[in-house]
Amino acid sequence: MGALTLGHFVVLGGILFALGLFTVITRRNAIGILMGVELVLNSANINYVAFARYANAGYDGQVFAIFVIMLAAAEAAIGLAIVLGIYQSFETIDVEATNRLRQ
Amino acid sequence: MSLTVAVFYLLAAITVGSALGVAFANSIVYSAFALMGTLLGVAAMFVLLGADFLGVVQLLVYVGGILVLTLFAVMLTHRISDVNVSNRAVGRLPAAVLVGIAFAWMVHVARRATWVVKDPGAPAPTTYGIGNAFLRQYALPFEIASLVLLAALIGAIVVSRKEVKA
Repeated sequence: MGALTLGHFVVLGGILFALGLFTVITRRNAIGILMGVELVLNSANINYVAFARYANAGYDGQVFAIFVIMLAAAEAAIGLAIVLGIYQSFETIDVEATNRLRQ
Repeated sequence: MSLTVAVFYLLAAITVGSALGVAFANSIVYSAFALMGTLLGVAAMFVLLGADFLGVVQLLVYVGGILVLTLFAVMLTHRISDVNVSNRAVGRLPAAVLVGIAFAWMVHVARRATWVVKDPGAPAPTTYGIGNAFLRQYALPFEIASLVLLAALIGAIVVSRKEVKA
């Protein structure tokens, strides 16, 4: 049990990914599914930064993590806008109930 | 066990515990607040990995932006009488089995892989290097990212506005 290693962070990223996947699979609430996606993206970011640090790869991993955060922001904005649009049309955000494309 | 490792385990416990809250909370509001703990924990992990700028970006964008947006959406769509909100699409047991298999497979692959690990050295401030990277070899993706954000902004407004029936 010495210093921190790459394995610590990889396992943490794996656990976060598994929990995010579990959230995406089990939730019926559309916002809950989006939260699961955020967990998965965060686990990927941890792996990016950890590998970049322990391979001494300069700033590439961190730059990619920033791009992932940017895409997550865009995804959250669009996704939540769609969820609000669905709520206006269907009065619910249960993804099992919103199975029609037209009203 | 050194102090850094102890801090790591403390922060990892906070992060994973909050992630468990996101996955298992019955109320979507509790899930949203638990997500805050996870995002803060990940920001602390970035700082622990020597990525100070990225930690601050995580705080500003995720905790200050995405999480507040998510809470707004929860409050705007959540009806107190709507008990079906936390219904499961798939039972917890099949989902747990599926995720368990995926996790075990990931751990198996991770243990078999041989990684090139170098001495990371002491953490240094990263803001200067990241700024240089964005304006040199990543200049084009950086500009495209701004276009993507602009398109997302306009798209979100178009999608969520009330339609005026003619």
